[in-house]
Amino acid sequence: MAPEKNSSDLVLLDFWVSPFGQRVRIALAEKSLPYEYVEEDLAGKSDRLLQSNPVHKKTPVLLHGGKPVNESLIIVQYLEEAFPDTPSLLPADPYARAQARFWADYVDKKVYDCGARLWKLKGEPQAQARAEMLEILKTLETELGDKEFFGGEHGFGFVDAAFAPFTSWFQSYEKLGEFKVAEVAPKIAAWADRVGKRESVAKSLYSPDKVYDFIGVLKKKYGIE
Amino acid sequence: MSDAVELIGTFTCPIVHRVEVALRLKGVPYEFIEEDLGNKSALLLKHNPIHKKVPVLLHGDRRPALCESFVILEYLDEAFPDQRPGLLPADPLDRAMARFWARFIDEKCWGPAWVALWAAEGEGKEAAAREAKANLALLEGQLDGKRFFGGDRIGFLDLVASGFAHWLGVYEEMGGTRLLAEDGHPALWRWAREYAADATVRQCLPDREALLAAMATSKERFVSAATAMARK
Repeated sequence: MAPEKNSSDLVLLDFWVSPFGQRVRIALAEKSLPYEYVEEDLAGKSDRLLQSNPVHKKTPVLLHGGKPVNESLIIVQYLEEAFPDTPSLLPADPYARAQARFWADYVDKKVYDCGARLWKLKGEPQAQARAEMLEILKTLETELGDKEFFGGEHGFGFVDAAFAPFTSWFQSYEKLGEFKVAEVAPKIAAWADRVGKRESVAKSLYSPDKVYDFIGVLKKKYGIE
Repeated sequence: MSDAVELIGTFTCPIVHRVEVALRLKGVPYEFIEEDLGNKSALLLKHNPIHKKVPVLLHGDRRPALCESFVILEYLDEAFPDQRPGLLPADPLDRAMARFWARFIDEKCWGPAWVALWAAEGEGKEAAAREAKANLALLEGQLDGKRFFGGDRIGFLDLVASGFAHWLGVYEEMGGTRLLAEDGHPALWRWAREYAADATVRQCLPDREALLAAMATSKERFVSAATAMARK
């Protein structure tokens, strides 16, 4: 699963199962940019991580010539702008770019937090999280429509990269929320299959079983049964 | 394709102000459609069904409308590249930093500030005030001796921070909690005065008394939002 060793100035401080880090790995792969991958121990964060992201102390962090860029969607946009001769994830047209940013932001604001409430909570609050997750999936289904990718004419794009890592969490959401993505949002399920076969995504994601096991570890850590 | 610009917003909202100043800096004529956030219009709900918030930008026939202030600001910079270019900096690393601090302003400054301003005593109000002040100090560090966050001229980050330059003082007066003061944040205080004195900004900076009067009935809404945030 570990990508090629570094022959450029790029270093990625990351955590293996982080969907946010995976966005960056997908973008780097789409752009065929070599980089050094550094696995961070979130229980014992390295000095380099703490110095590179003193404000939030979080992964992913991209170091380019030693200079840090933080936050996954900001990193992806940075790669777009710093490496303009590589395949782009954002289209050229300003309006289309704006809509892509809006939807990537929607995924960012909604999916992870709602998913976390699915495994952290029980009873009524969990039922609310379930209802919200269905709403999110249906909203994204409407946005995807009959397009092959969220990027539409552009092909695999910014929103696809933003949302693709969460496809490995679908199985966990399904188990926790007792629903099937294929029933609630069949177009999203089909899209998930398609992106899962894309090389940049396939080599960046871990199996749904591994993600489910990871959630089990988190639940133990937080004392949730 | 028609190019008329309409901005759905309210003068009481500093987030809307970000977009209004950007339009004026860019010299783009626009129609301002005043919204009542206590009684949201069909127009707003139609054009922002997902978040149901202002600002919303309608540019000609382009649909769906553009929502979320950061999205709109970047759009304006890209859609009107020859008019007052460079709301965002040119260098990719500087752009990444501007985007980072913009998110920081909304999540880490306004987030705790809202709880500090409006939550009841004992609902995490004091902790939120400490957090807001500490984060405003971190933001202040980004000025680093410059006149504006954007350098010599107002830029993207100044627009995003603009709420602290004018609306925050009004909220402080309404809520009774002080977060930004000259002795606590001298550089940010100085920046706030510079920002509010700018000729373009002054064209759309609402009068303080008008803000107080318009928001007199909003306090209840602010309090319930802050209380919900404090409980998360």
